[in-house]
Amino acid sequence: MITREDVEHISWLASIKIEDEEKDGLVEHFNTILEYFHQLDEVDTEGVKPTYRVVDLANIFREDAAYDSLSQEQALDNAPRTENGYFKSPRIV
Amino acid sequence: MLSELKARLQAESCEEYLCQLFEKIEKSSLNAFTTLAKESALREAKQFDRNPGRGLLAGVPIAIKECISTKGIETNCSSRILRGYIPPYDAHVIERLKAEGAIIMGKTNMDEFAMGTSTETSCFGPTKNPWDQTRVPGGSSGGSAAVVAGGIAPCALGSDTGGSVRCPASFCGIVGLKPTYGLVSRYGLVAYANSLEQIGPLTHTVEDTALLMEVISGHDERDSTSAKGERRSYLSGLQGGVAGLKIGIPKEYFGEGVDRDVEKAVWEAISTLESLGASWKEVSLPHTRYALAAYYVIAMSEASSNLARFDGLRYGSRQGEDKDWHTTFSAIRAQGFGPEVKRRIILGTYALSAGYYGRYYLKALQVRTLIKEDFLHAFKDVDILASPTMPIPAFKIGERINDPLSLYMADVFTVPINLAGVPAISVPCGFSGRLPIGLQLMGPHFGEAAVLRTASAFEAATPFHEAKPEVI
Repeated sequence: MITREDVEHISWLASIKIEDEEKDGLVEHFNTILEYFHQLDEVDTEGVKPTYRVVDLANIFREDAAYDSLSQEQALDNAPRTENGYFKSPRIV
Repeated sequence: MLSELKARLQAESCEEYLCQLFEKIEKSSLNAFTTLAKESALREAKQFDRNPGRGLLAGVPIAIKECISTKGIETNCSSRILRGYIPPYDAHVIERLKAEGAIIMGKTNMDEFAMGTSTETSCFGPTKNPWDQTRVPGGSSGGSAAVVAGGIAPCALGSDTGGSVRCPASFCGIVGLKPTYGLVSRYGLVAYANSLEQIGPLTHTVEDTALLMEVISGHDERDSTSAKGERRSYLSGLQGGVAGLKIGIPKEYFGEGVDRDVEKAVWEAISTLESLGASWKEVSLPHTRYALAAYYVIAMSEASSNLARFDGLRYGSRQGEDKDWHTTFSAIRAQGFGPEVKRRIILGTYALSAGYYGRYYLKALQVRTLIKEDFLHAFKDVDILASPTMPIPAFKIGERINDPLSLYMADVFTVPINLAGVPAISVPCGFSGRLPIGLQLMGPHFGEAAVLRTASAFEAATPFHEAKPEVI
């Protein structure tokens, strides 16, 4: 069972601020959905390899050749805050 | 049909045709287009009228789902958090369309970040089903399906993570293909669950879908999961028929939970294919009942990682004074994402968090292996699998939106295909009252040719694709 405290902790991990009035609804939805997920417990997966990718590809290489990239101006064009040609982030420390 | 449209555009005026479409769009009550690229489209149409060019899609207007990057045209995934984002580059599929002379008309509505089955979670409000405007068009590519079915765009591109091309194709009575994973480059497709999704066409006919596949498929080194190998032709061999074809009917895709009209229409479709020379037998995909849970665990987990990039730093809006890093980003994400996107990111974060990774994510990936093996096993015995695309016809707007699990349940026959990575098409196969029903045909990895050939034979023998809704 997921509790209000779990929802607070996970939404903090996910960096999504949750208002108090949203919490009970989320607890209810999450428990309903997780209960549904628990049917996976019935499946015997002993020794079964996980499938991360359906098409078997590994170590895809390309030629180490230079090609055009976005200009600094284009890369910054959609940023809400910039300074001296950089993205401007909030303070970290 | 696009071949007829191409002939008409050569003989008449592309600009005039496009003007008529834009007039219809402005009067349309479907809420299916989000952004129109009228100016650039009309400019390209004029250019075509002066010098038509020889591309496979020369002069053909096309509508593009909101989550496929279009240089210079807003791409916002129908989410508040990306409003105003203008990509500085084109997705691979857009480059290919332009190279063949297609004209980008604009962007179409979708469930926010493709998370939904009804196009109701869009920040622009729901798109309406052209057959009954009180009902959903399906999702998440609901806008792309509605513009084609509603006659305001001749063809469109969508994306399919767990049924998002096939579901709206089924609900709107048109053709929609989810290609084999890796066949179409995902470069420029805004990622939701990247191990599951593919871009696919939504069109009136199977031939049109084959034509769009000729254009958009093929290797692209900017997508590390892009399949290598020779470019295949999808148009040649389309008329080959189904004589001798072995069709498997997965027993788990019928019975409980399937609407009676849907089941009847699909069995009639199987009889039609039989009368055309195919044979059928029952097969079993024993892990089908676990597909939905495995799919949602994987999709939510991947979403929680992919959507971490939306933090208001490089794109998106950032209002007010900056506080510390975490407070600022948590507030931006709380305001920018809708309820379903938040639910999936938070649940995905939970499934990947310490102590739960093995129970949910790893377990789901193991079940995914078993589901994929079910398909591989079935395809040793049969060439094609046939089933309903959706267990039900289009439901009412508002009917399921507050009960996430009941919405998820609607995806029961579409998600196994994405887990296995195989191709599947939805073609119109009948009606329940006025609401279209879709037949799903599935093939083995890179088996698009057989899927399209079967769909084409069925289409040629039935009238359903010719039915059009009366919409304004």
